[in-house]
Amino acid sequence: MTGVLLPPPETGAMGGRAETPPAPSRAVLAQDWRRLVRLGAVGAFAQVFIALSNMPVRLDERVVVKPVLSLGYLTLLVVPFAAGYRVGHQIKREGMPVYAAGAHEVAGGAACGALAGGGLSLLAVLLANFDLREPLVNWSPMLAELLAFGNATWFAVVVWLLIGAAIGAVGGILRTLGPRTRRAAVTMALAVAGAAVMEPLVVDLAEGMRLEALTDRLYARRGGVNWTSALGLAAGSGVLAVLGRGRIRQARAHIASLEGAKRNRANSGLIVLTGAALIILPLFAGKLTNELLANVGLFVLLALGLNVVVGLAGILDLGYVAFFAVGSYSAAVLTAATSPRINPELPWLVALIAVVIITGLVGLFIGAPVIRMRGDYLAIVTLGFGEIIRLLFLSDWLSGWFGGSQGITKIPGAGIFGLTSVAGTDPRRVFYLVLAFCAIAIYVSWRLERSRLGRAWTAVREDETVAEAMGINTVNVKLLAFVVGAILGSFSGAIFSAKVGSVFPNSFLILVSIVILVVVIFGGMGSIVGVIAGSAVLIGVLGGPKQPGLLAEFSEFKLLIYGALLIWMMLARPEGLIPSVRRSRELHQEEMAQDAWLRGQVEDDDGSGAQAAPTP
Amino acid sequence: MIGRGRAKGGAPRTGVDRFLTFMRVAILTLVAVGILAFIWQEIDTDNPFARWANPDATGLTGAQFRGLIISGVAQGCMYGLIALGYSMVYGVLGFINFAHGEVFMVGAMTGMITSNKLADAGLWESNFIGSLVFIVIVSMIVCTLVAVIMERVAYRPLRGSPRLIPLITSIGVSFFIQNASIVLLGPAAKAYPDVPDWVKDKHTFIQIEGSRILVVVVAAVSMGVLWYLVEHTKGGKAMRAVAEDAEIAALMGINVNRTIVKVFAVGGAMAGLAGILWGILFRSVIHTTGFLPGIKAFSAAVVGGIGHLGGAMAGGLSIGVAESVGPLLILEPLGVSGVSQLRDAVAFSVLIGVLLLRPAGIFGERLPAEDRT
Repeated sequence: MTGVLLPPPETGAMGGRAETPPAPSRAVLAQDWRRLVRLGAVGAFAQVFIALSNMPVRLDERVVVKPVLSLGYLTLLVVPFAAGYRVGHQIKREGMPVYAAGAHEVAGGAACGALAGGGLSLLAVLLANFDLREPLVNWSPMLAELLAFGNATWFAVVVWLLIGAAIGAVGGILRTLGPRTRRAAVTMALAVAGAAVMEPLVVDLAEGMRLEALTDRLYARRGGVNWTSALGLAAGSGVLAVLGRGRIRQARAHIASLEGAKRNRANSGLIVLTGAALIILPLFAGKLTNELLANVGLFVLLALGLNVVVGLAGILDLGYVAFFAVGSYSAAVLTAATSPRINPELPWLVALIAVVIITGLVGLFIGAPVIRMRGDYLAIVTLGFGEIIRLLFLSDWLSGWFGGSQGITKIPGAGIFGLTSVAGTDPRRVFYLVLAFCAIAIYVSWRLERSRLGRAWTAVREDETVAEAMGINTVNVKLLAFVVGAILGSFSGAIFSAKVGSVFPNSFLILVSIVILVVVIFGGMGSIVGVIAGSAVLIGVLGGPKQPGLLAEFSEFKLLIYGALLIWMMLARPEGLIPSVRRSRELHQEEMAQDAWLRGQVEDDDGSGAQAAPTP
Repeated sequence: MIGRGRAKGGAPRTGVDRFLTFMRVAILTLVAVGILAFIWQEIDTDNPFARWANPDATGLTGAQFRGLIISGVAQGCMYGLIALGYSMVYGVLGFINFAHGEVFMVGAMTGMITSNKLADAGLWESNFIGSLVFIVIVSMIVCTLVAVIMERVAYRPLRGSPRLIPLITSIGVSFFIQNASIVLLGPAAKAYPDVPDWVKDKHTFIQIEGSRILVVVVAAVSMGVLWYLVEHTKGGKAMRAVAEDAEIAALMGINVNRTIVKVFAVGGAMAGLAGILWGILFRSVIHTTGFLPGIKAFSAAVVGGIGHLGGAMAGGLSIGVAESVGPLLILEPLGVSGVSQLRDAVAFSVLIGVLLLRPAGIFGERLPAEDRT
């Protein structure tokens, strides 16, 4: 291709360039006006889009900070802030001066934010004078009222310009802060936002632990953090951030510096602590928290399975939902008395063995024809298989076996050795079941990653031709990735059918695959911790395809956000939230090579030694 | 593709190769048996072969068969127009622009909005052809813009990254556009205004619906224009040069970025046109409209050979006809009930079958050397 490189990483820390002392701050009016206007226009467009997507109106009911701020208004403040922060960004290049941030950034941020806010002013005027309700369903007087805070249109025009400027300036001010203060400010904002987002969870937990007094202080009666406690929370977290700065990093560096047995001990200590917390936590939590935890766990399980295929072996499988569907349906057929054709009514654990075998075979069957294809053809074809499987379950042709669109209902819960039965009515038990299988999946993927097979997967992912030349049977290795992924997916399928108690073809839409893919990519392809964190953040906060998350109000918009997130992650941070080190290096190969070249540390192709690079 | 070459070269055949051979043979046998049973049924309605698998098999009358073929051709023309976008982008950038089907959906949506506005103003009835030209132009402009913005925002920064990265991004774009349509325009299906009788009804003399003739004519004309643009103008030459080797093209003084933008623009315009054709054929549009035609059009691009303009059109026609005739021709004699439900499954199976049997397409691929692996 053209060899156009990715933009260099923002921090510049990756290449380890020598830090030059910052040049003095620029004059207030010496803005890069073209860039500013462009950013502002994009921001304005985004504002109009958000406003017309009905997000502000629909989310207005969820209060973040009692009388001041609702989630609806918050969605309108994000863009000017981002624009104001972004406009102060300086691209650091070798040999270019880096200016100190100052009034220049604040003014630029304010101007850019005002432009972005101006989008809403324009919208307010348009709303008052035109009726576009025909195509745009959210072109409503409600929106106009919300934009004008219940006042006249001119008020909306002025107030959004001012709000935009103010919020943009805040973004600019954030640039001028030193790294320490900035971190404290970000922590403060995150603490308040976190408290607001986690409200249902905290309330639920507090009830379990008899700490209602605390939540009554923290939260207002009808939802939202009290503004007094919000201030207190911000102050507290700010102080903690300043005091505790670097402690966590020190601890991490300390663990990383340990070697051998000591490190193993530290790691297993951490794992035992986390595990213990996860076992004890549900005992104090109510139905809501446990349901949430069970959903997150289910997606952790799915994402870990997809992670083997996408993250470790580098095969983009867009039809992963097929294995989930096959697992659910085969478990349902084998355990439910109501299944149309075959109903052996096996105990759940016995059925699970059959489910694993069936799904493994399906994985083999789907994998074999596609494994020789080019990576991108493979993606589309697996997508096709995912859809074909759903259509087959849905069709009249096979409805004698799988119930067609009626699905299979009245599936009994998962019985474990006759000791206990896990059904959806008791989310706590479901969570423990999911937790057990997550532990298995984590152990399996952790061991696999470091096994001979895992190294073969890495080799195939990085360069198939070379891997083959090194004597790896690429076809078998890739097929095994498919099968392992399928089996991990079948676990969650079997749990899902026992948890929900019924299976319908419409639970297995392609968008489930895409959501799992977003989780894996957001968390970090190939990184177990990343995948778990990804599901916790995305599924826990926004919710799964059909499962509500902590921000249940977002249910209409979560798929939109997932789409945007996927694009943004690929553009800004393809290695994910908590990247796997090796994967991240692969993705930034070219930048690193370029940095090395700039520093004159280019090695020969055969790696024999350093060679002076031509001076650029 | 690789597998076949290797098998010819005498390398050891693995289990997977045997399985693939088995699959290929099975697919071909299935198709052959189905077609044979169908033909026998047409000759002799009560033959035991067709009865054996499907006792209710009835076969088709000549008029039914012709109707299926014609509707297949009309839809195939539409797929062909969408396939051009997949094919050209794949030829130049080497990745599947998964969101192209969504551009088509945007075209259909734009057509719906514009035509409804025109109908409100009374122009749709009084001057149908004029309004049609108008909505085609509007939709082409909107789709071109969408495609170009998409390229600028999502794909340009990823130029030169591993192949799967832009593909994943394009999935995100597709997801985003679909859901943006839901939140902006609502999740319900929306209808086009009523068309004049001569479009709706069968022509008295040739017994074909006017809409289908219209679709075929429009597709043929635009295909001709596009062919002229690509083969006989400077911009088209630049596109072909970039598709052949972008670096060398850049050295020859071709502005690669601008050419890529042009490729996206042309693909987007064609998708916009196809969106209007969808509107004329089906007169209803919903946010998922783009998904299946997108997949089918991609199959068409593969069938015709990626990077090949005529191939995309030929592939579109064959996919369209196969989709409309195939289920009745092959599945019904084999005793599969509820054939119409499996239409989409058949479309996917065609894609899988094509990639299994002939991944380079009928006319062969035209790809830069580095993308051919």
